[in-house]
Amino acid sequence: MEPSPATTAPVSTVTATSAIPAPVQDTRPAFDAQNVSIFYTQKPAVDGVTLQVPSRSVTAIIGPSGCGKSTFLRCLNRMHELVPGARMTGTIRLYGDDLYAPEIDPTVVRRRVGMVFQKSNPFPTMSIAENVTVGLRLNGVRDRAFLRERMEQALRMSALWDEVKNDLNRPGISLSGGQQQRLCIARAVAVQPEVLLMDEPASALDPIATSKVEELINDLKKNYTIVIVTHNMQQATRVADQTAFFYLGKLIEFAPTRELFNNPRQPQTEAYITGRFG
Amino acid sequence: MSDPKQMRPASRARDAVFQWFCFLMACGVLVLIVLVGYVLWGGSADVFRKFGWKFLTGSDWDPNTGSFGALPFIFGTLVSSLLALAIAAPLAISTAIYLTELAPHRLRQPLVFMIEMLSAIPSVIYGLWAIFIMLPWLSQSVFPLLRHSLGALPKSIPLFHHEIPTPALLFSGPTGAGYSMLSGAIIIAVMILPIITSVSREILRSVPDLQREAAYGLGATRWEVTRIAVLSYAKKGLFGAMILGLGRALGETMAVTMVIGNTPRISPSLFSPGYTLASVIANEFAEATSDDYLHALVAIGLVLMAVTVVVNLCAQLILKLSGTEVGAVR
Ligand SMILES: Nc1ncnc2c1ncn2[C@@H]1O[C@H](COP(=O)(O)OP(=O)(O)OP(=O)(O)O)[C@@H](O)[C@H]1O
Ligand SMILES: [Mg+2]
Repeated sequence: MEPSPATTAPVSTVTATSAIPAPVQDTRPAFDAQNVSIFYTQKPAVDGVTLQVPSRSVTAIIGPSGCGKSTFLRCLNRMHELVPGARMTGTIRLYGDDLYAPEIDPTVVRRRVGMVFQKSNPFPTMSIAENVTVGLRLNGVRDRAFLRERMEQALRMSALWDEVKNDLNRPGISLSGGQQQRLCIARAVAVQPEVLLMDEPASALDPIATSKVEELINDLKKNYTIVIVTHNMQQATRVADQTAFFYLGKLIEFAPTRELFNNPRQPQTEAYITGRFG
Repeated sequence: MSDPKQMRPASRARDAVFQWFCFLMACGVLVLIVLVGYVLWGGSADVFRKFGWKFLTGSDWDPNTGSFGALPFIFGTLVSSLLALAIAAPLAISTAIYLTELAPHRLRQPLVFMIEMLSAIPSVIYGLWAIFIMLPWLSQSVFPLLRHSLGALPKSIPLFHHEIPTPALLFSGPTGAGYSMLSGAIIIAVMILPIITSVSREILRSVPDLQREAAYGLGATRWEVTRIAVLSYAKKGLFGAMILGLGRALGETMAVTMVIGNTPRISPSLFSPGYTLASVIANEFAEATSDDYLHALVAIGLVLMAVTVVVNLCAQLILKLSGTEVGAVR
């Protein structure tokens, strides 16, 4: 299947009645970032990063605090533009489409590239069900049967269905922290994005909830491309196929996860993973 | 450094003093309200004894003949304030949304400053402005336009053998020089605009950015983000901001007195003059010669306080009732 042009992608995925994971058959890299730099001030927060994120796999970004992981992640769906004064140079392509081409609307980018945040953020005035379907409703889907079906699929995918199927009308914020985070994952996958970005999705969760989210990531990668920022190196080894190590805004090393941890090529990587700094 | 001897002994005494101080201050507010109510009641008890409920339900106010009916003032206060709120709230909340969500960052602070300046203008200046600028404009352009458009619609429609009055009644009748209920409401609206805007802005600013990001992350446009993440999160606070504005409106005196026409009459037409509780006190207190007259005016004060309290209680009730609502599966 040819990747649909950016401008039509969200609409076509939404009206299709296919089962949830929108299969991206493309074998090209999901993201192709060339020489990306991002500035909040004069000093770059991300400095000349070139990186190709393979399709349908999990890519982890690790590095010490403040090294630009979140910043880089957020420029993959143009979220960094919400910060006044933030600038970006370089190019990022999503399956060949330049995300920063002048005619591209950032809202379209964000429909193709979903995001899960560090802190769970369900909409407090919406029920569990509404939280999951809100993205579809934003896209103009009104068909109730379809919404219900998508909601159930998304909740099953995020391993939450069995826990909430009897109280879908309860407020989303009445769930536990771990459940709320999975609800946010369900909300993100319900619109069938092509890629899912996760910024430390488990950092506020207890070990059991964390392992649920990790299992979920392992399930999702069959159909999705996932980019996850994590502070937890064990987590990176558990979920990621390849890992990128950032340091002071620069990409130091990008390799298959096992290789990066067992056999780092760069001295900084080795210093970081052996715990000598960060 | 963390040698316990170096550290101050846990000061329970200070804590207790602090607690009692705050408690007493809070009590002070309560005592003040009770005292005001007591004084008003003391000054007006005679009126209620003499006229009973008639004081509240009577619509004839003629101090010369000793008839005191406060209904036209209650009507005037409620109608002008609610109308003012209906005019001001959409404007104020849209302004607040613009200031927190949409305006370029460079523009925000100057705009906020200008809006806050508005609330620093004395009431009487608003009144003068209203008389010299607003009234001529309203009476020459706006009122005739309303009268010939909305006011020209059928004044009543037959329904089940009854004649049901329509809103066209509000815009019928002579428009005169502009001294009217509608002018009063408009000037109150102008005056409560800054407070509703500032409070709404604070409320909107308190919406966590994480909520906005959640919506942006789903590909929402700015308007959609405002709707699903900001407004629904903030709606109770915004309602509170409106009630605060309504409270101001109910007590607003000087500027309204200057434009509302000061005629104790109950008329469906917004073009006809009215009178408010606050205005009648301000206008007539100096010339209240008889005891009855004076007591009646104090009683008006008590009624104004009661109206304010009742309106606020209603608002609390509305908030309570809407408290647990979460939409059904859609
Ligand atoms: N909104 C912002 N405005 C200005 N500077 C920012 C902003 N966000 C981040 N920065 C700066 O950009 C740099 C990278 O920040 P970023 O949040 O990407 O780090 P991070 O790797 O995600 O750190 P952490 O692991 O602590 O989340 C930091 O030096 C930070 O000070
Ligand atoms: Mg971060």
